[in-house]
Amino acid sequence: MNSIITHSPALLIAIPLFAAFITPLLSRIHRRARDGFVLIVLAATELLALLLAQDIYANGIRKYVFGATLPSLTHPGTMSIPVRIIFEIDGLSIFMVLISLTIAFVATVYSSSFFKKEDGLDRYYTLLLLVTVGMVGMELTGDLFNFFVFLEITSIASCALIAFWVDRGESLEAAFKYIVISSIGALFVLMAIGFLYGQYDALNIAALANSIQFTFIDKVALVLLLAALTMKAGIAPMHMWLPDAYGEAPPSVTIAVVAATQASLYGVLRVCFTLYGKGLRLNMAAVGWTLVGLGLLTIFIGVTMALVQRSLTRTIAFAAVGEIGYMVIGAGTALAAGAQNFATVALKGGVFHIFNDVLDIGLLFLVAGAIIYATKERDLNNLGGLAKRMKYTTVFFLIGLLAVAGMPPLNGFASKILIYESTYQLNPIISIIAILSSILLLAIFVKIFYSLFLGPELPHLRDVKEVPKGMLVAMAILATLIIIFGLFPGYVLQTIVDPAVAALSNPTNYINAILGGA
Amino acid sequence: MNPFVPIDTGSGFWNPLIWVIVFIIALLIVYVIRGLGRGDYKKNTGQTKPFLSGNVVENDEQLHVKGGNVYWGFTEAFKGYYNKIKSMHTGDTRDYVLWFLVMMVVFFAVVLGVM
Amino acid sequence: MIYNIPYIAVIILIMVGLYAVVFKRNIIKMVMGITIIESGVNLFLVTLGYRAGGVAPIFTNLPEERQIPGQLVLPIPQALTLTSIVIGVAVLALMLALAIQIYRQYKTLDVTKIRRLKE
Repeated sequence: MNSIITHSPALLIAIPLFAAFITPLLSRIHRRARDGFVLIVLAATELLALLLAQDIYANGIRKYVFGATLPSLTHPGTMSIPVRIIFEIDGLSIFMVLISLTIAFVATVYSSSFFKKEDGLDRYYTLLLLVTVGMVGMELTGDLFNFFVFLEITSIASCALIAFWVDRGESLEAAFKYIVISSIGALFVLMAIGFLYGQYDALNIAALANSIQFTFIDKVALVLLLAALTMKAGIAPMHMWLPDAYGEAPPSVTIAVVAATQASLYGVLRVCFTLYGKGLRLNMAAVGWTLVGLGLLTIFIGVTMALVQRSLTRTIAFAAVGEIGYMVIGAGTALAAGAQNFATVALKGGVFHIFNDVLDIGLLFLVAGAIIYATKERDLNNLGGLAKRMKYTTVFFLIGLLAVAGMPPLNGFASKILIYESTYQLNPIISIIAILSSILLLAIFVKIFYSLFLGPELPHLRDVKEVPKGMLVAMAILATLIIIFGLFPGYVLQTIVDPAVAALSNPTNYINAILGGA
Repeated sequence: MNPFVPIDTGSGFWNPLIWVIVFIIALLIVYVIRGLGRGDYKKNTGQTKPFLSGNVVENDEQLHVKGGNVYWGFTEAFKGYYNKIKSMHTGDTRDYVLWFLVMMVVFFAVVLGVM
Repeated sequence: MIYNIPYIAVIILIMVGLYAVVFKRNIIKMVMGITIIESGVNLFLVTLGYRAGGVAPIFTNLPEERQIPGQLVLPIPQALTLTSIVIGVAVLALMLALAIQIYRQYKTLDVTKIRRLKE
């Protein structure tokens, strides 16, 4: 048991990676064998992550040194800096890993009945597992170059998944835009890593954070990292790839890509709070204000653009853009506020909202997928009166829309109230815009709810049936989590969010875990 | 650990338990008020049908307001904004890269100018 | 001065690549642009790894008079570059495959005509 926990950082990567390449083999045997295998693998990985989480909450940061005689041996021989690849898992990492694995599991449950006749499903599951590996790797690693590698694995695999419906020109277009944007972004990340390595001879995040001097070159590296990672996180005005990719991918892929986007946001947080966070927080205030401004812009553009979309998936995608803005203003407020009291509250709200956003937006995309599956339509103007035919889907959509619009007592409200009340203390205008956008978001989803589910039945939708069980189960998992998070927000906050926030606000712990010292 | 622990927001608190209790009380009140209404309407007559300015409705699917038209008034009122913001979303891959470069310049200005 | 020439080349390569991505309309040319940026970044990493008077860290092939490990070069930048090249090939292959499929669907490679997704 103990050795499982000791090696679990490596296993969290190794198990899905190994399974990814077993899957095509198993699908030669039977479709069911493959689906079941992927499900079991992801469930086991999730279980492992939960065990690791429990250990981290009890015993603090855990590290895993690859290639060393002992997993905890950070400095080989006489070396003064850690040169090996080190996985370093603190509260924030494990929080993000739990998000990614939950979403990957739900996506697999959903795809097992969403896809029936499509070719290439063996490769589909391989890629889905690779996206999972990429996300989890980005979140676990304590090494900047390793971060870049996992970033690229995530983008390549999710790009191939976005283009899964190869016969649709739109999917290909979205995938092409995604890969152009993300490969350019990743190259600038690599450039920044080069700058940092050239200065400090280290790639380890903790070692870099310890010796960072805020020279001119460090600042250039910060700019490159920030620009590339915020673009990958979909912050306006660099959000335009995001509605394309979210809107045109198969919905089970979309929720995996949503989780991958949050992994990039994790990168932004890690860079701002840990890598450049040591003792010089006040200097980051300007960056914080910029993030707040961009966050507001993101919310505003995302929400207003969602109102005029005609495609169901694209509307939800723009709403997803808006939701990202909330996390960014949470993080930005924490940076701009420095040592003031509400900084922690803002950060709590922002970090908690990452999980809530993935659940809410994920549920809405799954419902959109169910509607596409049942009606073969995605144009809002051709849909209506589905409530009579698809009862469960209607209920799930209602839960999702209330949660995403931040209506109490669902989870979206719990994190948004933290953001509202803390940003109000930074500047009242921020929280006013945030609340107004939330109301507009509710208006948008009420519109979609009306045009999709209410009204008389349309003649071409008379023989629509409820979707198969697997899809309903996937939606039910997310809806249950939404309700639990909504009804017990204080408990969730104390259990998983507070350790994540503590990890962000104390970069010295992260550094000392690797470099030793007091 | 107490699962019903409220969230402390710094200047206030949020406890869904209280919200749920208030909601249930409100539902009870609604139920009581509903009970005060009249029960003597005639079922399956014109009394229970929707009234649309006295027009006779033949095909009820034509009644459905299509999704694109629900907020027509809102988008019409903000036409100037929407024309601008829509023309920003060109769908051209090169513009996406261009926005990335623009934002990089903005970050340069912020980080190097102020820090 | 002579040591700065590679860095100047890096800047020129990245600028040329960005020019191709931003101003060329053919998506194959955009893909080429991305590859040129990547070459620039790789060149940057390799240049970082250069140490005047250093020796390649191959133990069996060391000159007699050199000291171990004082004059050995830490081969991390080279390792990074190799990894980056491999990733670059994967991205390149994916982008070209997408270009082929896009051509089949849209009958064009002009990026201004590949914009069904807008607004």
